[in-house]
Amino acid sequence: MTEIFGINSFAFYGQVMLGLINGAFYAMLSLGLAVIFGLLNVINFTHGAQYMMGAFAAWMALNYLGLNYWWALILAPLVVGAFGMVIERLLLRRLYDLDHLYGLLLTFGLALVIEGIFRKEYGASGLPYAIPPALSGGQNLGFMFLPNYRGWVVVASLVVCLGTWFVIERTRLGSYLRAATENPGLVQAFGINVPRMVTLTYGFGVALAAFAGVLAAPIYQVSPLMGTNLIIVVFAVVVIGGMGSIMGAIVTGFGLGVVEGLTKVFYPEASNTVIFVVMAIVLLIRPAGLFGTAR
Amino acid sequence: MTMKRLGVAALLVLALAAPAFVYPVFLMKVLCFALFASAFNLLLGFVGLLSFGHAAFFGSAAYITAHTVKVWGWSPEIGILAGVAVAAVLGAVVGSLAIRRQGIYFAMITLALAQMVYFFALQAPFTGGEDGIQGVPRRPFFGIIDITDDMTFYYVVLAIVVAGLLLIYRTVHSPFGQILKAIRENEPRAISLGYDVDRYKLLAFVISAALVGLAGGTKTLVFQLASLTDIQWQMSGEAVLMTLIGGVGTIFGPLVGAAVVVSMQNYLAQTGEWVLVIQGAVFVVVVLAFRRGIVGEIAAWSARRRKAAAQGDSGATPGTTPAETARA
Repeated sequence: MTEIFGINSFAFYGQVMLGLINGAFYAMLSLGLAVIFGLLNVINFTHGAQYMMGAFAAWMALNYLGLNYWWALILAPLVVGAFGMVIERLLLRRLYDLDHLYGLLLTFGLALVIEGIFRKEYGASGLPYAIPPALSGGQNLGFMFLPNYRGWVVVASLVVCLGTWFVIERTRLGSYLRAATENPGLVQAFGINVPRMVTLTYGFGVALAAFAGVLAAPIYQVSPLMGTNLIIVVFAVVVIGGMGSIMGAIVTGFGLGVVEGLTKVFYPEASNTVIFVVMAIVLLIRPAGLFGTAR
Repeated sequence: MTMKRLGVAALLVLALAAPAFVYPVFLMKVLCFALFASAFNLLLGFVGLLSFGHAAFFGSAAYITAHTVKVWGWSPEIGILAGVAVAAVLGAVVGSLAIRRQGIYFAMITLALAQMVYFFALQAPFTGGEDGIQGVPRRPFFGIIDITDDMTFYYVVLAIVVAGLLLIYRTVHSPFGQILKAIRENEPRAISLGYDVDRYKLLAFVISAALVGLAGGTKTLVFQLASLTDIQWQMSGEAVLMTLIGGVGTIFGPLVGAAVVVSMQNYLAQTGEWVLVIQGAVFVVVVLAFRRGIVGEIAAWSARRRKAAAQGDSGATPGTTPAETARA
């Protein structure tokens, strides 16, 4: 049995792995927030509720329609993303000319409504969602035990994050998006339908949250409150990373997950708060955030 | 101006006579939340800073008052002051970090730091975890006023809250308050005029946090209880909701908003989970269609009636509502 800093290596790498998993969710959610904020200038407080809706969509698909995990992984982001686009068209659109704070307040109210409805229907305690058979079991790597599903979550979220980065930074569509973030009026003048792009961008950010929700369903319990507590941490992640950079959001998300995991090994009492402490330190040293530009 | 004086006098008479008609504990709850929302509004309405973390000050003052009065046996007024002091110190720490960023980031930072305070309250041994601190005794106020009777205590609470509101009023209508408004309207301009904007923001934040602490400590004595509900993020959301409903940047708005929200919670209590849904829906409606709030709309309406200056109607930004520009 190997030991690291006097701690059993299975426990040590186990916590690092858990940290990576949490980091995967931080990365996916802060990425969605950053993409939405870039174009809409709205901090999407509903993001946590939409993540929760993704997990519930997976649960409902299985229990009401008999559709398995893999279907849910495709369908939940589409359904929840479409729901997001409806919200953007009907509600958010009316606030673009006002102070950005109104967008935050509106999405906060929506989050209360959505969570309240799910709580009414399904209670506050969690519902179980089984790990898909193809991913059950695990590997003994010698220094740690790796459950297959956890490995899958890290790989899947990395693929999705890097895919998003590639689309935004390296393709023509992404260049339109970046241009519209800089100057929507000018992009519109070049004949690109900016309002439609805004709707699709919001839908995409929401779909990303729902995808994360489906990935989370077998790990955490599917519960109406799973999003709220997470979203506050993700806000801290966003403050630390700054919302200017896509890659920054991904790196910060994974990095902070690992920091949290390590804290759980060495000083468990602080594991809940370590990200907020990091945020305070970053604000003192580099107020604009690690990857942000001052604004 | 005389209209306004008459309004204040009527409100005071109403407040003095109210316990003869309405359950005093309910009234005290409204008063505490009115102070809570007004102190929050001092930041949002008059400096333009949206704090999503005021539950941290409300809750920590509640815990400190409960602990000092129940466990250490301090008298209630000293216990409340201890709560105020802790809330002010916490406000100085949170404020000095949060004012490093603006707008939306400010809201996220305050929310995150408040969540940290919440986790601390969840784990600290003296807060009693899920149970909270129960059965806080109501010892005589100043050693002479017996506050075990709700009716008597109501007038003590009224005095505390009115004192807090007067302080807010004085702050807003002082040269200091004018500078705060200048920062809200145009921060770069305020900087170029030579004001140390950060110092003003921080001071406003600390005053706001201390007054929220006053509300939290008083609330603890009313319900003889401090619990996690006081310090959870939902509590910050309630302050925002009350202020929005009543009217951001108006003096009386938060009072009206607190009365509306507390009554709403009271009447909807039997509907259980729907309270959250309805509160959220009210949020959405107010933000979309009703941004001036009740008091703001009334003020705008009476301004239109008086056919004030032609641009009076375009005052969509909260700060330009007539109620607030009319200085006493």
